[in-house]
Amino acid sequence: MTTDTRTKRFLSWIDFRFPLTEVFERHLSKYPAPTNLNIWYLFGFLLIVVLAMQIVTGLWLMMNYTNSAEEAFSSVEYIMRDVEYGWLIRYMHAAGASAFFALIYLHMFRGMMYGSYQKPRELIWLGGWFTYLILMAEGFTGYVLPWGQMSFWAAQVIISLFSSIPVVGEDLATWIRGDYLVSGITLSRLFAFHVVLLPILLIAIVFFHILALHEIGSNNPDGIDVKKHLDEDGVPLDTKPFFPYDISHDIFALGVFLIIFCSVVFFFPTGGGYIIEYVNYEPANPLSTPAHIVPSWYYTPFYAMLRAVDFPLFGLTAKFLGFATMMAAVAIFAVLPWLDRSPVKSIKYKGILSKSFLGIFVVSFFALCYLGMVPPTETKTLLSKIFTLGYFSYFLLMPIYTRIEKCKPVPERVAEV
Amino acid sequence: MQPKSPPNPIRRQLLTSITSFLGLVGVIFAAIPFLSAFRPSARAEAAGAPVKVNISKLTQGELMTVEWRGMPVFVYKVSSEAQNVLSADKSKLADPNSDQQQQPEYAQNDTRSRKKGIAVVKGVCTHLGCAPKFYPEATSQDFDPNWQGGFFCPCHGSKFDLAGRVYANVPAPTNLEVPPHYFETDSTLVIGSDGAS
Repeated sequence: MTTDTRTKRFLSWIDFRFPLTEVFERHLSKYPAPTNLNIWYLFGFLLIVVLAMQIVTGLWLMMNYTNSAEEAFSSVEYIMRDVEYGWLIRYMHAAGASAFFALIYLHMFRGMMYGSYQKPRELIWLGGWFTYLILMAEGFTGYVLPWGQMSFWAAQVIISLFSSIPVVGEDLATWIRGDYLVSGITLSRLFAFHVVLLPILLIAIVFFHILALHEIGSNNPDGIDVKKHLDEDGVPLDTKPFFPYDISHDIFALGVFLIIFCSVVFFFPTGGGYIIEYVNYEPANPLSTPAHIVPSWYYTPFYAMLRAVDFPLFGLTAKFLGFATMMAAVAIFAVLPWLDRSPVKSIKYKGILSKSFLGIFVVSFFALCYLGMVPPTETKTLLSKIFTLGYFSYFLLMPIYTRIEKCKPVPERVAEV
Repeated sequence: MQPKSPPNPIRRQLLTSITSFLGLVGVIFAAIPFLSAFRPSARAEAAGAPVKVNISKLTQGELMTVEWRGMPVFVYKVSSEAQNVLSADKSKLADPNSDQQQQPEYAQNDTRSRKKGIAVVKGVCTHLGCAPKFYPEATSQDFDPNWQGGFFCPCHGSKFDLAGRVYANVPAPTNLEVPPHYFETDSTLVIGSDGAS
């Protein structure tokens, strides 16, 4: 018996009991990827790799980390100094968090540019949005664990946000903290969320996201519906199998990504204070707030919005309105599929209004990202207000500008582009 | 094989409804322990027990930070000149007469203190819970050229006067909280209890 037939027999033994070949074909070797996919379509794959890396490094960190207020800080220093390669594992995990957000922002922007959220991909978009929410919670809870000054005061400020909710706020904040002020009790529960609850949700939702994608099929930079033109076997003509063709692009991209990522991990592990803030090298002190506290760069656009709302309205306090604005800025992504009334998907064929508003959104996002990092002044607060309006105008005016603008005709086939 | 009696759809619907309803009640009751476990534990509650502080060595302009329930409580002296300023200049304050219940009744006065000259306030900014910084002198500051002395929160720039009253147009919505406290003797302050009286 040759090896070839032996492999075949082994596979058929498996396939009789588990749909291995079927799964491989459906999701990889026969998954039709449009032929016009560009560089923006690499981030989904890279995100999966980063997720896997975070799980592995996180697991290893957990083996030496102690989740008590007394020992958390010193256990992190123990990992950094005494555990073999502990510094590398921790730096990978910390830089991995920043990479995760950088990649998910690029991935989301791809969806916004090419209308990947539009019918029939609404559930894929919602799944992705939920992944983003969970990731934000992961980022926050993970940030608290080293129990440095930034960890403590970030937890104090973020949980206090809930106290701004009218009537139930104070009790809700105490319930979340499990104490009257952030303490070791809070640390332990955030640790439980960070290592058990949120990762399970994250993996489940990523699974859902990919399953939904593979049901509908990938969008492409031109927003052409490739399923309209099939060959005699029912395979869309303008596609090629994901495996081995697209995955080879993805693996090349992974190489490039790893060069950048390793450069950061080995040469700029704290990222100039953007990946690990310097104030966090001081142990948490509940009696003294550091002079200047800022959240991680990936939350600063929303933090800038929180600070921009400094006026009460309709009998609601500025504190609550700021919190509500910040929450709305994250939540509004969820309704994007229903705000876009354009007959075309891709920004390439949309009119000048869509292009301008997407531009306004990008500028506002980066501006707010900067404004959230610097101490507020009167001018900067005014700028934050303007850019907050810019951010929301992209979403809230979308039903109007996508309807009235003139779009270009979308080609039938990729070859005609 | 046919069932002996034909199924009764109303009876089935009723049984399904009752079973689902009872199941839901069970789920709600089962959720109670899990939700309650999130509340402050008995140990955290016990940490809320009153603390005694010796204030005999407290000097003018000094800020004493006492830990109560894990949070900072500020104790400091207010000079009689400063007390006069607190009673006179109220135009820039959001709640000058302490109408919001941020203090026990006995501290609802111009200096928001139980005993004139000794201030006791929670060092927790009413905006998002940072610990405000103490700037007792009435001198010009980076954040306010006409500073009259008081607290400045480094997180989001909220300002409070020496009585812990919040200035108008800052992020913090209310005055700093005055915790329950009483003076056992002239030099012994008890934080966390209103005392027997």
